Amino acid sequence: MGNVIGIGASPKRKEDQRFLTGRGNYVSDIKRPGMTAGVFVRSPHGHAILRGIDKSAALASPGVIAVLTGEDAAADKLGSLPCGWGISDAKGVPMKEPPFPMLAQGKVRFVGDMVAFVVAETPAQASAAAELLTVDYEVLPSVVGVLEAVRPGAPQLFDDVPNNLCCDWELGDKAAVETAFRKAAHVAKLSLVNNRLIGNPMEPRAAIAEYEPGTDRFTLWTTSQFPHVVRFLMGALVLNIPQHKLRVVAPDVGGGFGVKQFHYGEEAVITWAAKRVMRPIKWVASRSEGYVSDRHGRDHVTEAELALDETGKFLAFRVNTLANMGGYLSTFGPNIPTNLYGPLLGGVYTTPAIYCNVKVVFTNTVPVDAYRGAGRPEATFVLERIVDVAASEMGIDRVEIRRRNMIPKEAYPYQTPVLVQYDSGDPMGCLDGALVAADVKNFGIRKAESARRGKFRGLGYSTYVEACGLAPSRFAGRLGARGGLYESATVRVHPTGQVTVMIGTHNHGQGHETTFAQIVSEKLGVAFDNVDIVFGDTDRVQFGMGTYGSRSLVVGGAALSKATDKVVAKGKKIAAHLLEAAEMDIQFEAGKFSVAGTDRMKTFEEIAGAAYVPHDYPLEVLEPGLEEQAYYDPVNFTYPGGCHIAEVEVDPETGTVTLVNYTAVDDVGTVINPMIVEGQLHGGIVQGVGQALYENAVYDEGSGQLLSGSLMDYCMPRADHMPMMNISTHSTLCTHTPMGVKGCGEVGTIGSPAAVINAVVDALSHLGVTHVDMPATPNRIWRLLQNASLPVAAE
Amino acid sequence: MKPFAYHQPDRIPDAAKLLTSIEDSKLVAGGMTLIPTLKQRLASPPALIDLSKLGNLKGITDGGATITIGAMTPHAVVAASKLVQGKIPGLAALASMIGDPAVRIRGTIGGSVANNDPAADYPAGVLGLGATVVTSTREIAADGFFRGLFETALEPGEIITAIRFPVPLKAGYAKFKAPASRYALVGVFVAKFADGVRVAVTGAGSGVFRVPPMEDALSRSFDPSAIAAIKIDTEGLTSDIHAEADYRAHLVTVMAKRAVDAALS
Ligand SMILES: Cc1cc2nc3c(=O)[nH]c(=O)nc-3n(C[C@H](O)[C@H](O)[C@H](O)COP(=O)(O)OP(=O)(O)OC[C@H]3O[C@@H](n4cnc5c(N)ncnc54)[C@H](O)[C@@H]3O)c2cc1C
Repeated sequence: MGNVIGIGASPKRKEDQRFLTGRGNYVSDIKRPGMTAGVFVRSPHGHAILRGIDKSAALASPGVIAVLTGEDAAADKLGSLPCGWGISDAKGVPMKEPPFPMLAQGKVRFVGDMVAFVVAETPAQASAAAELLTVDYEVLPSVVGVLEAVRPGAPQLFDDVPNNLCCDWELGDKAAVETAFRKAAHVAKLSLVNNRLIGNPMEPRAAIAEYEPGTDRFTLWTTSQFPHVVRFLMGALVLNIPQHKLRVVAPDVGGGFGVKQFHYGEEAVITWAAKRVMRPIKWVASRSEGYVSDRHGRDHVTEAELALDETGKFLAFRVNTLANMGGYLSTFGPNIPTNLYGPLLGGVYTTPAIYCNVKVVFTNTVPVDAYRGAGRPEATFVLERIVDVAASEMGIDRVEIRRRNMIPKEAYPYQTPVLVQYDSGDPMGCLDGALVAADVKNFGIRKAESARRGKFRGLGYSTYVEACGLAPSRFAGRLGARGGLYESATVRVHPTGQVTVMIGTHNHGQGHETTFAQIVSEKLGVAFDNVDIVFGDTDRVQFGMGTYGSRSLVVGGAALSKATDKVVAKGKKIAAHLLEAAEMDIQFEAGKFSVAGTDRMKTFEEIAGAAYVPHDYPLEVLEPGLEEQAYYDPVNFTYPGGCHIAEVEVDPETGTVTLVNYTAVDDVGTVINPMIVEGQLHGGIVQGVGQALYENAVYDEGSGQLLSGSLMDYCMPRADHMPMMNISTHSTLCTHTPMGVKGCGEVGTIGSPAAVINAVVDALSHLGVTHVDMPATPNRIWRLLQNASLPVAAE
Repeated sequence: MKPFAYHQPDRIPDAAKLLTSIEDSKLVAGGMTLIPTLKQRLASPPALIDLSKLGNLKGITDGGATITIGAMTPHAVVAASKLVQGKIPGLAALASMIGDPAVRIRGTIGGSVANNDPAADYPAGVLGLGATVVTSTREIAADGFFRGLFETALEPGEIITAIRFPVPLKAGYAKFKAPASRYALVGVFVAKFADGVRVAVTGAGSGVFRVPPMEDALSRSFDPSAIAAIKIDTEGLTSDIHAEADYRAHLVTVMAKRAVDAALS
């Protein structure tokens, strides 16, 4: 039976029992009767005209059942992969939205673009046949970098997208910013690159599709963070399958990080093909296939300027960014570098005027979309870097300049000049806490000790805020969202008092089965072990938008909280009847309904029993059963934030940067499970450190080949790269979510890159180094030291 | 992976015969390098000849002035060997720096040396110590064995059976790991013998190579300071997304100094 385990406790994660004992149920674990194997044939070229595909040899290969190409999809009149956001430029002109066929038609636009799907009896037969497919390519020059793509004469991806420019987006009051710049005592300038990243979830993408002629229904099992959205996008917009004839299941999923929150062409192709061959088909991507087909993240080139008065107060901030979209628009693609970027440029500061221009650009690379943090790490990096540059140029301490510009706790709710209004926060409190936790006071002693060993030590700050809990639908709609962003939950109380929750978010490592069970346990007073969380199946869960943008607890948890409130409200009605009291006199506390001021009461189980055995029950006014559903659409984003302090040591002989200390004090609102929050921060920080020091997706200009196409060449952060992290929370409560929660899934990734790079620059500042691009690899640091204005002191 | 025949002979001559009689067949030792290439369909030999059942290919023997390591000896065994740790600690250290625990448990010295990956560690130890590669048909001095990028002096059908290392006065290895793969971006093995010093570099170019100016300087004075000013020519060094040639050249000097330090400690 167990106990109530409520909000604020840290039980071990329910789901880990099955994961750690090898009893998870991932897509590739699933076998269907008569299942066949599918393999995608992908373009080896970054840019080429598809002159023709000869299927004959592949079709004749042993075991082959079908070979499908873009021509077949066109003949079946299938739709293009839809983009969920339509942004516009300053004049209201909509973005260029060229079609994204699920199998290439006419042209391929990146290495990995799909040209055919081969279905055979076994995976080996499908792979062998795929090698026999003859594709006639007329290879064109590729363009992979944003600066190159907008240059006159650059290769053009689409005939009707001049200069490869998808949208010239802007935000903010340009004129006010210009006026402020004219009055500035100092202007800090910074050019930087936000490096391109590859998500690398532990489980590669996979899918199984099956068509049942008896019911005319399709089932798609897919590694997705949002099965209901896949059902809608794929069913309604691509394959023309009515929603009630399509079931999408996302079972256990081994990590997402954004990579699995898009509707992928593979899903559409395999579902379409399953009906054509009348057999179930399974496709499992290899790691290498993931590198050239999973959506990538980041990839910005930015020029930023910060105007300050003589005291170091920020007057205005101007940011011009070129953002890489890759070869096509992915599900959220154009939203990420615009709506999730520009509105974050205010940070935790009172900067009165901000202007941001983002040129969204097509290139011959994998489509770029949301990756943990999505837009907000990019914004934080620009802002927190230029604050350091300004401080150093003006001779103001880096902490002091932050204090002078920080929004004081009393000033919340705070309206920024870039759309968003922060409801709550205490950046100064986080900063103060972090300064103590990181023992900044004794940094000088540690730096001197490093110097004795010939090493340069540096300290870096990042005081940041982010916007998550995506998203208030009305607000998002104004920004170009083509769907709603609410969440739904059903709380089903069984006749014996146990509870099953059906929720539209998707758990793929975040610990929802535990956190959500704690909420129910607390709110209904039922034992933690008596609550199960069901997700990831459109036939079992009413509806949902899925998990991304740190929204599950904030939006899904709110829907769950509302649904439990409805259960309690109905329970009170039943109790009032059974206890012969007025409904308003019924109290619910610790799993008991009682009449106020008396010892008359009914347990939660008794009420559940009465609801399902309604012999003594107010049937005239109340339906039997105890099951409630709630939808929740947030009124605002939530704004977690905090202060991260990184401490690094640089070996000037080799250029190696070692992260030696990491401190984070974050405001994530109410903490449901401290252990899980800490885990989310650990993972998020490691991902940010990965961006800052190790990870880089590199394409070859001209050929469009991905040079960092495997784990041998793409450096993921590893356990031995990290020191023990010092994590704590300093929370203010969100004023508009039911439980005061703000979300914590992405904060680590958002706050950390700037902290790390600011520390590296600090370590090298005595050599005249003012900026280091990410990732700060040994080669890059060594090169900077070669060009540094002062001799390397430690040698 | 494409289908292939699998043979597990128990005598070296049988293995050699299979290897020459089945065209394009391949020996498999630990499989750490070969199996991934099969999985990625980069190679598709019609037959694999597994060396694991051949007698005498595993193990480390003390020859007094030499140590002989059987071709099928895994890296982990070399790293943990009291004999190697006692007589050539630099070689045990090198073995302990290869890959990760799983790779060290499966991967073998014979496979590593036969494969001659330009970023592998063992070639630096074999060349730096002036070892002898013992094969099914002959003995080959290290100086004549490595022929650049994945090329060796091995003839078709020839099987490495052991590597014989002379015991040096001192030896050390320093490795700068490539960030992603953790192979050697630059690795330098330094060995001091009565008649002089040998310096071998892996990772920096298309194959392992010696550095005569460093050998001369260290023969005069076996101290890091003796080579601190020696600059390596970037000609022939590798430039890739992880490191440019001049950075690799710089690292050769840094790692050589650290290898001498390791040998002295
Ligand atoms: C993740 C990973 C990390 C690694 N990191 C490193 C590293 O840091 N440093 C490093 O040096 N290596 C590294 N390696 C390579 C590893 O050391 C391999 O074990 C080694 O290169 C090959 O040894 P093997 O026994 O696995 O050979 P196999 O893969 O079985 O064979 C390799 C080749 O050698 C041939 N061969 C094998 N044995 C013989 C023989 N006795 N005679 C003739 N030919 C033979 C085979 O036919 C084949 O062509 C790494 C490998 C992996 C998978």
